[in-house]
Amino acid sequence: MTLQVVTANRLGDGRVVFLADGYRWVEEIGLAHVGDTDEAAKALLAIAEKAAADRIVVAPYLIGVSAEDDRIMPTRYREVLRALGPSSHPEFGRPPSATAAVHR
Amino acid sequence: MYRYDNYDQTLVSERVEQFRDQVNRRVAGELSEDEFKPLRLMNGLYLQLHAYMLRIAVPYGTLSTVQLRKLAEIARRYDKGYGHFTTRQNLQFNWIRLEDTPDILAALATVEMHAIQTSGNCIRNVTADHFAGVAGDEIEDPRIYCEIIRQWSTFHPEFSFLPRKFKIAVTGSPHDRAAVKVHDIGLRMHRNEAGEIGFEVLVGGGQGRTPVIAKTIRPFLPKRHLLSYLEAILRIYNQLGRRDNLYKSRIKILVDSVGIDRFTQLVEEEWQQIRDGYLDLPVAEIERIRGFFAPPPYRTLDAPVPEYEGALRRDFRFARWVRTNVTPHKRPGYAIVTLSLKPTGGIPGDATDAQMDAVADLADRYGFGEVRVSHEQNLVLPDVAQADLHELWKLLETLELATPNVGLAGDIIACPGLDYCALANARSIPVAQQISKHFSDLTKLLDIGELKIKISGCINACGHHHVGHIGILGVDKHGSEFYQITLGGSADENASIGEIVGPSFGATEVVDAVETIIDTYLHVRADGERFLDTYRRIGIKPFKEKLYAAH
Repeated sequence: MTLQVVTANRLGDGRVVFLADGYRWVEEIGLAHVGDTDEAAKALLAIAEKAAADRIVVAPYLIGVSAEDDRIMPTRYREVLRALGPSSHPEFGRPPSATAAVHR
Repeated sequence: MYRYDNYDQTLVSERVEQFRDQVNRRVAGELSEDEFKPLRLMNGLYLQLHAYMLRIAVPYGTLSTVQLRKLAEIARRYDKGYGHFTTRQNLQFNWIRLEDTPDILAALATVEMHAIQTSGNCIRNVTADHFAGVAGDEIEDPRIYCEIIRQWSTFHPEFSFLPRKFKIAVTGSPHDRAAVKVHDIGLRMHRNEAGEIGFEVLVGGGQGRTPVIAKTIRPFLPKRHLLSYLEAILRIYNQLGRRDNLYKSRIKILVDSVGIDRFTQLVEEEWQQIRDGYLDLPVAEIERIRGFFAPPPYRTLDAPVPEYEGALRRDFRFARWVRTNVTPHKRPGYAIVTLSLKPTGGIPGDATDAQMDAVADLADRYGFGEVRVSHEQNLVLPDVAQADLHELWKLLETLELATPNVGLAGDIIACPGLDYCALANARSIPVAQQISKHFSDLTKLLDIGELKIKISGCINACGHHHVGHIGILGVDKHGSEFYQITLGGSADENASIGEIVGPSFGATEVVDAVETIIDTYLHVRADGERFLDTYRRIGIKPFKEKLYAAH
């Protein structure tokens, strides 16, 4: 089973965001809504594309994630860096909430 | 340095207001992202991994202290308190908001700065020797011609949509510190047999996916023909350069496909049509621009300077810094000081707002209000009296800008890599940090001697890995970071492209590999041989054998 979340950059400030429940865009991947089927992922992307058309975000796309102990992490390293911030400036990072529930 | 006239100021200010309007239209929904993207890129605004990145032009690497303080202010107010100096002698801010960008550009315009020609398929900002105007070996200040090219190229209507970006570099010295042989056009000033100063014109150099050393298209071009000849080259490229394949769109590919002789013939034919016309550079115009780069009011100083000589004898650490970070100046009693933006374990090219402000203060106090940015990601104070060097060094130490490693293994070039860049395959900065920490022993660094390590996070080669004595290229192998190592590259007047040493190394193996390469060199070097000399004498085989012996 491939777990996926939608990510994008916010139009106004370019910050990395993830699509959460209730059509909200959040900076913490732990709060993202996880699609656990292709259909669910497609539905998330459709919501995101509407948000892009509404000028909330830019260039949304799906990324693969793992969810262990309720902790959501991207599978690709590039996306880990997007989710956590640059490894060379850890003070700018956004530690993922270990307690965030996995939304399915 | 050059000062804007009314025309320049109007052009830049109008551009700011145009972009403000474009941002407003984007936010209001009148422009889609597809429509807006080329407009923001024409103003240096990229969307990177974490945020928007604003690339600000530092034409030919020369900054006034007023400009540097403005950059510090922008870092503080609109970014996270730092900026990143790049291999294009530019400054990038990594955490910019779209909504703030028009105000940032307006702030830049107040100090005669902008982000024009920092992106897009146009003639990009012209780069130059960072020691321009002060180098002991210089024939003429290349910035005069950089500025003339800047005025010709900015918003050039014929060359705003070239097949691909186009980079020109100029050196006025025999020792090439501007890497002109790996630019689309390289201009090297020299004297002909009659003693006149002109340009050797090189074309088709570049790095990226297909690294090429530029070829000479004209051994000597009189100055007055500079613009007409550049225009002829650009016209041929604009007509014949490929637009169907991004990877084959640079002029180096065109020169290679038609051959340098045919390409030269095409350019010469075009040039015959347009030479001696409106693009001719009158002597009076060259002299007018030269006036902006007139030497500052140097004092007549005696050399040697007793207090400087005394400090060199008394203070070992100072003497060590002088050996690596201070370069002879053309004027007796003065020196060129390189401020290392490569503290041990630091991020190459990063400077905080406080450092920028402090450097501006020092440039006012110990110089003539001018600072340079080098393509090797360091800053330069071009005009420091030798008598002031000891005092200046002590202040630079407190600012972490006095690491005595310029030109040594710790003076690493690194692109932003996957930590920031949307194009990258692997991280560059942490590799630079690890190597820098590993070779932190200053005595060992000096013993190793001149060594240029250059790291890119992808094949686009912003970190100049192809021309590093040791080049490191980040690649993605099944989602993991790996690093390919090249040896023997060089960006100076004897430029060469590095040779791949063998299969790539995992992220945790790179430092060991670099150490093995350096140990191999130390073991076999002859007296006085630099790393590159040894490499050119013995070739890649001994390094390869050591690196892969255990495999």
